[in-house]
Amino acid sequence: MKLPILILATAASLLMAGTAMATDIKIGVLNDRSGTYADLSGEGSVIAARMAVEDFDAATKGINVEIVSADHQNKPDIASTIAREWYDQDGVDMIADVPTSSAAFAVNDVTRDKNKIFMDSGAGSADLTGSKCSPNTVHWTYDTWALAHGTGSAMVQEGFKKWFFITADYAFGQALEKDTSAVVTAAGGEVLGAVRHPFPGTDFSSYLLQAQASGAQVIGLANAGGDTVNTIKQAAEFGITQAGQSLAGLLIFITDVHALGLETAQGLVLTEAFYWDLNDETRAWSKRFAEQNGGNMPTMVQAGVYGSVLHYLKAVEATGGKDTAALMDWMKANPSQDPLFGEGTIRADGRHVHDMYLFKVKSPAESKGPWDYYNLMATIPAKDAFRPLAEGGCDLVK
Amino acid sequence: MFELLGIPPQALFGQLLLGLINGSFYALLSLGLAVIFGLLNIINFSHGAQYMMGAFVAWMLMTYAGINYWWALLIVPIVVGATGVVIERVMIARLYHLDHLYGLLLTFGLALIIQGLFRNQYGVSGLPYSIPTELSGGTNLGFMFLPNYRAWVVVASAVVCFGTWFAIEKTKLGAYLRAATENPVLVGAFGINVPRMITLTYGFGVALAALAGVLAAPIYSVNPNMGADLIIVVFAVVVIGGMGSILGAILTGFGLGIVEGLTRVFYPEASSVVIFVIMALVLLVKPAGLFGRTA
Amino acid sequence: MTTQSETGLVAAPAARPVGTPRHHVIIFFVLLALLLIAPFVLYPVFVMKVLCFALFASALNLLLGFGGLLSFGHAAFFGSASYVAAHAAKVWGLNPEIAILLGVGAAALLGLGIGALAIRRQGIYFAMVTLAFAQMVYFIAVQAPFTGGEDGIQAVPRGRLFGVIDLSSDFTLYFVVLTIVVAALLGIYRIIHSPFGQVLKAIRDNEPRSISLGYKVDRYKLAVFVMSASLAGLAGATKAIVFQLSSLTDVYWSMSGEVVLMTLLGGMGTVFGPLVGAAVIITMENYLAGFGAWVTVIQGVIFVASVMLFREGIIGVIAKWLKKPL
Repeated sequence: MKLPILILATAASLLMAGTAMATDIKIGVLNDRSGTYADLSGEGSVIAARMAVEDFDAATKGINVEIVSADHQNKPDIASTIAREWYDQDGVDMIADVPTSSAAFAVNDVTRDKNKIFMDSGAGSADLTGSKCSPNTVHWTYDTWALAHGTGSAMVQEGFKKWFFITADYAFGQALEKDTSAVVTAAGGEVLGAVRHPFPGTDFSSYLLQAQASGAQVIGLANAGGDTVNTIKQAAEFGITQAGQSLAGLLIFITDVHALGLETAQGLVLTEAFYWDLNDETRAWSKRFAEQNGGNMPTMVQAGVYGSVLHYLKAVEATGGKDTAALMDWMKANPSQDPLFGEGTIRADGRHVHDMYLFKVKSPAESKGPWDYYNLMATIPAKDAFRPLAEGGCDLVK
Repeated sequence: MFELLGIPPQALFGQLLLGLINGSFYALLSLGLAVIFGLLNIINFSHGAQYMMGAFVAWMLMTYAGINYWWALLIVPIVVGATGVVIERVMIARLYHLDHLYGLLLTFGLALIIQGLFRNQYGVSGLPYSIPTELSGGTNLGFMFLPNYRAWVVVASAVVCFGTWFAIEKTKLGAYLRAATENPVLVGAFGINVPRMITLTYGFGVALAALAGVLAAPIYSVNPNMGADLIIVVFAVVVIGGMGSILGAILTGFGLGIVEGLTRVFYPEASSVVIFVIMALVLLVKPAGLFGRTA
Repeated sequence: MTTQSETGLVAAPAARPVGTPRHHVIIFFVLLALLLIAPFVLYPVFVMKVLCFALFASALNLLLGFGGLLSFGHAAFFGSASYVAAHAAKVWGLNPEIAILLGVGAAALLGLGIGALAIRRQGIYFAMVTLAFAQMVYFIAVQAPFTGGEDGIQAVPRGRLFGVIDLSSDFTLYFVVLTIVVAALLGIYRIIHSPFGQVLKAIRDNEPRSISLGYKVDRYKLAVFVMSASLAGLAGATKAIVFQLSSLTDVYWSMSGEVVLMTLLGGMGTVFGPLVGAAVIITMENYLAGFGAWVTVIQGVIFVASVMLFREGIIGVIAKWLKKPL
């Protein structure tokens, strides 16, 4: 399968070398710019995309890149309208980021319809490369399967075997609960029960009390954003953690930890694809990023936008054009390499595979300053970090 | 006898108490709405936004001026109430000769503006506001661990609600107020400045919302959307209670909090719908509400 | 509590002449001509969105402007019809016209249920009750499995009209949507000017008097409520087919607020007002989308300005100026 692609790619690059004409590329960063996920994606993702264009030195390579951005307000209808208009009217070639699974599904559909490219970083649902997979979509940073497995199996291995879930009562929360329950039981743990709260919720004390009464060792939080933050705060208030139960956040970003403060968030175990303080390269990049982002460090979502845009630009350079099929083939055939995720590959189902990391949130005493939040507990190697190709139910996988 | 559907009595007591805590917020907010409605005959749609403002002003006082929670309890209702007075004078007062629905539309617009401005400035991730040290920690009641702060919320809310009820039903000022509700022209003829009384009443109602906001700030994160959905629940509370009596608003608020709390145990998925279901039932049986007088 | 009269809600236009005024016919044909050219000049999907909301706002206007009932929960009908139509087209694989009809049917039934309860109260209570019921519908939409919760129902096929005409092209679909919306608007116009519509206006202006004249006021109110709900449903179902998606936005209370805003801005109780209001608001949202929360602020400002400065709405002001009902 690889040979024809290589020939195609070579032919294309020859063609480009022959004509040497400039390619105009328009990238649309579509994400939340005013809502719950504005801090973890938002303008930061646009900055990350711009940095990718700079670092790639696109201009001297004959590629003119224009970046546009819009706010999808985490609503699938708005996301679909904007994506449609971008492709139909504004000549956008690739859409990046798109947090919120429902919005990502909408963009996934429109992109396939219009035969363009969608490189998701912000959304969580593993269905994007599973039952809803598309030949036009790459899912870069993380997914619910990876988070559930990272956090779930690590906690059970540490001896936290009895679980109780507080789940946001909608598709995403239920999927997260289901995935994590499977991991926990497979690793020899036990799920004592679960309570579903309406989404979004404000008062979680009632559910926390039920979780406490269950006698579980771990309370798994299968919710996201403000719900998770509030659950953690109220758990501290009701002395749940002091009484010996642990919390496991199944979808927590560094910006959530920042909002909670270490006093409340300390000891939380979480899985992320990226942390600014991993190595010299991530530190150097993050420092540049923070200078442009009001001093705020990048989240894994913003890092993923950088990685995906960079890989896309490489494909544009190599294939010398904007042909969707050729670009997708190139991106899947060639490993990605960037300072943030190291080496990675894109599988047939569109899943970008790289190492994931298990972190524990530092106590206030351990932290040396703002954004110094995580201790690395384990690195989950790329081959174990994501759902095996065969199990996703993606029809691109034969 | 408490062993209902496998729920042990301790857990049930715990949940009842939690319901009461949530009910305190419903009571404070529906009381504010009822007071405003009583005299102005408008439904204050920006009540939720003003509740949110209360929490935000407390947060601002803490962050920018280092003013602590206790002072905020006093300052915030005055500050936010003052903005209410301005709104009443500049806008609402011009609408009294029109259908009351215009008041609803106006305050709805105001709510959008207030929420939009705060969202622009502070995002929606929520800002932390810590529990005052005097009230941190909690008491183990045997059947549950009750955070001191939550206990304080119930007490504070009950005191404020009772105080308001007393002021309106049992004092001379309250008598003027009630009289003006019935017949503003006649009361005006007795030499009482009715417009000013109306303005101050609106300010007071708004101040109650802001007070609820300050009380809520340490429990829920301070968030521009915190009042947006709550206000609709409070509307339902008000419809159930009926607008006739102040006491009705208070009792319905506490009562529905408890009902909602119990739903969270027996059928948590329905906990956000239960109040609306009750509302539908009440409308069928007693259209004027549980405590309301028929118009 | 003082009894509230519904008077003063709408600046009553000058007395209506009997029959269809000629200037209405002229405006109608000018509008139709513009709409026929529109997809060649503007982005057709955008114009279809305007059309759907114009219908939605007109449906609300039928209730608010002519029935004097302010519903703050019309998103319930718009949204549930949109869900039913999307489900019918996607899961059951029905033709778009059947899917839309099912959506309208669902909205009508829901309208009958909510309306029967809501008309027990008047004025502000009515508004609050409809709002609360709409919120209940919203919570059900969040949790019911068939709505897809947060994800909504996506990738709804546009399908073939009557099993023959392929709607996947924006142009073809545009003219289908235009036909639906124009037919519905003409229907609304007919209702307003029928004897039924005259009784409604009488009830709006003086309910006790209408009762004393022997009209069964509640029946009229319920009838107009159900009509309005069905038409809102028609708008929602059509929108679901156009955007191939139905989502929680369609049932959320801010949608109810938005449609009230469109009606208020354009002019309550005018024929053309809601169309103008919808066009202005949708255009504004479209071009200000990049400004995030400022859109909410601007909407709020328009609300306040409409209430404080021109309660007759854009068309109402023009009508006053021309001394002709529009």
